[in-house]
Amino acid sequence: MNKLPELIFNVSRPGKTGISVSLNQLPNDLITIDKNKLRDGIEDFPSLSEVETVRHFSNLARLNHSVDNGFYPLGSCTMKYNPKVNEKIAGIENLSAHPYSPVDLVQGNLKILKELEDWLIELTGMNSFTLTPSAGAHGEFTGMMIIRKHLTSLGDPRKVVLIPDSAHGTNPASAHFAGYEIKEIPSNEDGIIDLEELKKHLDRDVAALMMTNPNTLGIFEKNIVEISKALHDNGSLLYMDGANMNAFLGIVRPGDLGADVIHLNLHKTFSTPHGGGGPGSGPIGVSKELSKFLPVPRITSDGNKLKVNYFTENGIGRIKNYYGNFLVIVKALAYLMALGKENISLVAEDAVLNANYIRKGLEGYLDLPYKSKTLHEVVFSDSGLNVKTLDIAKRLLDYNIHPFTVYFPLIIHGAMMIEPTETESKETLDNFLSVMKTILKEASENPEHLKNSPHNTPVSRLDEVYAARKLILRWKKSEEN
Amino acid sequence: MDLKTYKFSKDHEWVKLEDDIAIIGVSDYAQKEMGDVVYIELPEKGNSFSKGDTCSNIESVKAVNDIFTPLSGEVVDVNTSLEDTPENINKDPYDSGWIFKIKISDSAELTDLLDADQYEEYLKGI
Repeated sequence: MNKLPELIFNVSRPGKTGISVSLNQLPNDLITIDKNKLRDGIEDFPSLSEVETVRHFSNLARLNHSVDNGFYPLGSCTMKYNPKVNEKIAGIENLSAHPYSPVDLVQGNLKILKELEDWLIELTGMNSFTLTPSAGAHGEFTGMMIIRKHLTSLGDPRKVVLIPDSAHGTNPASAHFAGYEIKEIPSNEDGIIDLEELKKHLDRDVAALMMTNPNTLGIFEKNIVEISKALHDNGSLLYMDGANMNAFLGIVRPGDLGADVIHLNLHKTFSTPHGGGGPGSGPIGVSKELSKFLPVPRITSDGNKLKVNYFTENGIGRIKNYYGNFLVIVKALAYLMALGKENISLVAEDAVLNANYIRKGLEGYLDLPYKSKTLHEVVFSDSGLNVKTLDIAKRLLDYNIHPFTVYFPLIIHGAMMIEPTETESKETLDNFLSVMKTILKEASENPEHLKNSPHNTPVSRLDEVYAARKLILRWKKSEEN
Repeated sequence: MDLKTYKFSKDHEWVKLEDDIAIIGVSDYAQKEMGDVVYIELPEKGNSFSKGDTCSNIESVKAVNDIFTPLSGEVVDVNTSLEDTPENINKDPYDSGWIFKIKISDSAELTDLLDADQYEEYLKGI
């Protein structure tokens, strides 16, 4: 395991410099920068040679964990492997056109956008798509704005959005930002939305239900058709959070099940990198009735040529500059084209198979609060253990495995939410199972060792409480001691 | 502190009455479930809430937890000392960890609350 590099401030010595030519060595008449415009030093700015600076950041970067150097079963996030060929294609120089290029010169780029829209329409059964939202939550917000515009146009704006307690945490936030009041509805003992309970909440105020399907317990909302019917009978809409779409991609289409709006996460389901919080991509698909409200720009075709339409009569306007995160879109299209239509369903089949292999392998070792069949992920609890979920998560770091999602969803005590994804081999899954069993054995034989873990990482157990209570975001000389 | 003088909601808030003022906090069970509290967003003095409204939230290392007011009324005081010492919610939930005081507007709502024994029984079923 790599060591934590020395703080850059401690490597600093006044006088060291990263450039070999100092401004003082240049003839005066070469210097064209107005002296008043030069910043005269930043307090405690570190002085290092170029190679020291490079080493410092290279060593820091080496501490990162990624799918490229280890297993990453972070539930809900779908940390699947992203084929390198997609990067290669996104790196083709001519793809990076200026966003203001005349449409005649960027027909190829527009075709990429249009083709991905068409793929997503076919895969989801929705009527039309926009690729502009930057990420999942941005897509959710866009979707809720579309719902708002639609209901307002009918003269029946409504004010409440129903959200099950097993939904993604971003759902209530997005609906709130779109101006709605949130009402939470409880899951039943099978871990899904209780249809009768839902019906009790359906009144004239309900604009929509936001359903994550499969939900955060990895369970398919099998009553989705009845639920969408009950909503539609009430004049309400069904928003489906499609972040877990790898669970039934190519098998079931949300549009056929009655969803009015869905979002997809290209950075989850369609194998584009998650990045450090971005850039992602959260396309929105809508039913025919809602398609006129999609944000601009819209890519249209006149039969010969693709065009960009920046003005629509009913659209919600613009939600991002230009066309969305274009190169992410390129990677998603490359992924789909490499996979081919005939193989798409393998994504879901393998994702579900792998997750159920983990479920079967740990059943009997960990408590499984909901017994319903699960799809692409499985959620255990720490009930009955003498250590906590956090202790197990920390110990996994010693085995070069990124921990699963912890303490989410909230409806499970000490939740361990495991999503292996479809890109992992049986050997990787077997290794994970064996590591988990070793850790659970240690929990009963030597719990203290577990509670003090990790032991092999550059830093041991951090005091997360102290860090959260005494938040220090910036190094200052005075705080050094 | 005598828990017999406290009443409890099923959402794990406690209520202690002083005439028509209710002091409200979270139960010992709730603080244990949340884990170490690192931040609290207090309700604003003068705001009125209906029973069941989210009026505050508590951030622990695990999650952000909504606090629902178990009684309707106007907030007349908040425990600002928690802003600097949120750990009092963990250390002393029934006393210095109190969160806000509400001037109750409907005393009939008190009958919906559990007494200490009933609450203990309720916890056994969770």
